[in-house]
Amino acid sequence: MRIGSARVAVAAVGFLAVGASAQAAPPDAVTMIAGTCVGCHGMDGTSRGPASPTIAGMAPETFIDAMKSFQDGSRKATVMDRIAKGYTEDEIKQMAAYFAKRPFGRAPNHVDAAKVKKGQALHNEFCKKCHVDNGKKDEDGSNVLAGQWLPYLQFAMEDFTGGQRKMEKKMKGQVEDVQKKDPGGLEALMHFYASQK
Amino acid sequence: MTINRRKLLQVGLATSASALVGVSGFPGILRAAGKRVAVVGGGVGGATAAKYLRIFDPSIEVTLIEPSKEYYTCFMSNEVVGGMKDLNSIKFSYDKLAKRGVKLVHKMATAVDAAGKKVTVDGGETIAFDACIVAPGIALKYDSIAGYSEAASEKIPHAWKAGAQTALLRKQLEAMPDGGVFIIAAPADPFRCPPGPYERASLVANYFKQKKPKSKVLILDAKEEFAKKGLFTAGWKKLYGDMIEWVPASKEGKVKRVDVDKMTVYAGELEGEHKGAVINLIPQQSAGKIALDSGLANDKGWCPVNPSTFESSQQKGVYVIGDACIAAPMPKSGYAANSQAKVCAAAVAAALAGGSPPTPAYTNTCYSLVGPDYGISVAAVYKINEGKLEAVKGAGGLSPADAPDAVRKREVAYAHSWFTNIADDIFG
Repeated sequence: MRIGSARVAVAAVGFLAVGASAQAAPPDAVTMIAGTCVGCHGMDGTSRGPASPTIAGMAPETFIDAMKSFQDGSRKATVMDRIAKGYTEDEIKQMAAYFAKRPFGRAPNHVDAAKVKKGQALHNEFCKKCHVDNGKKDEDGSNVLAGQWLPYLQFAMEDFTGGQRKMEKKMKGQVEDVQKKDPGGLEALMHFYASQK
Repeated sequence: MTINRRKLLQVGLATSASALVGVSGFPGILRAAGKRVAVVGGGVGGATAAKYLRIFDPSIEVTLIEPSKEYYTCFMSNEVVGGMKDLNSIKFSYDKLAKRGVKLVHKMATAVDAAGKKVTVDGGETIAFDACIVAPGIALKYDSIAGYSEAASEKIPHAWKAGAQTALLRKQLEAMPDGGVFIIAAPADPFRCPPGPYERASLVANYFKQKKPKSKVLILDAKEEFAKKGLFTAGWKKLYGDMIEWVPASKEGKVKRVDVDKMTVYAGELEGEHKGAVINLIPQQSAGKIALDSGLANDKGWCPVNPSTFESSQQKGVYVIGDACIAAPMPKSGYAANSQAKVCAAAVAAALAGGSPPTPAYTNTCYSLVGPDYGISVAAVYKINEGKLEAVKGAGGLSPADAPDAVRKREVAYAHSWFTNIADDIFG
């Protein structure tokens, strides 16, 4: 079962390998540093799934903030807290600039159409002010949500609501409102963002 | 005149190529036009190196010499042994590398001649090179267990090179009646994939728990400690009770010999007898044969290298990466080989173009599955300090001992993500 879906996903993202993928890139220091990320986050920062997030197209500030909060322990992680500590501030800046320039390859997620529809409405009501363009743009640390891998979006939301990851005050209020309005609302939102092409 | 113009053109091309990917501040990129690199071995290290040479400098002619037309990854092969995955899910072809302009020679390399700058392949044909990257993986020292041999591995598999051996071991486990003992003999350090034998024990126990609950897994070990031991043993207890027994060398665990017909191994000083319904012998290892035959290995059978470039300490112009090289503290893992391959490819590309290599960067993240929903990992970031490879202090390390179930489950999702992403980074 698991295998089937993983293989489908790989086949489906295959096209990402061509087109936007690494063209000739001289072996400079930042290529070397970025080369250590792609084993989990995919060539050029677009993850082939099923869960580890795409890091291409992140605003440099978002990238740097994430790495720093992994380093100081203010953001919990599964493995990145351990790995982030291996890089200097300057290296993190270089990586951030490198991945910011790469296009975010949207994941071929399997989504539930009913949830997507509900999520769209909730997005319009509660989220779209910050997560502009259906979550496609990373503005003011909003991160790119559109076409991120669904399991990762779910992990992130679990962490936010479980207190493992700090929410901006603004987001906290909106999340609570979504939960009040609909207990399945957050899950629907994740399907909506995951469905974006 | 012509040459000058060609040079100019190359610099122009290189500059536009770098602009294309937005790499700035790297003026005067040199190209190794017409230079030839032979890569020996199409496993993780070799395939990654061949691909990245073409990315770093498309003017390099890269020939990958590998007898097989497809590669089965060792990583995730324990999921095949445990019945969670099909063998085809770990099979990869070289088609995409070919599309990147890597020339494939599906023959066995028999000698690397550093002085003559050529690789000889089966049948005597030679391939000339300006630089050679040797990624031969491991050779199995069958004679480290008396009575064991390559022929015997058809009945008692090692399954330490993935493919037919993996399928054989899976078939034997499926045919095994309930109540049998599955014996794994684990080797002494250093060997390929240090946590591998223990992940294998875990996933076979998972299979037994579901299908053959009266069966046992017995690990007979040639050492006292093993990778992620605390995490593994805690996971075993939680998931499998006392189904898995681990016997260290000090408790007579080291397998000395095997009687293939009697399906019996003899371990420890007293040669204690253990009969197995299915036996998996993982013998001691060395660098792959061609490294030994070409003067690349030391007297212990592994290849000393300069860790900044992976150039052999014994043969100039020849580089050794992956399990075959001595790159401690990096383990002999797939991710380490992939990481080393990029550093090496950059160093080779720079050397051929007459430039100096960029500052290297290395990493390793190694996931092991204790059960289908129970993953653990160890990670490290490495840097060069005064010419030596070192793990960055304060970084990396093991999964926490007290992680909740949800975190263990996430590690499985990330293990599978690592698999798809790294496989694509190697063969895509």
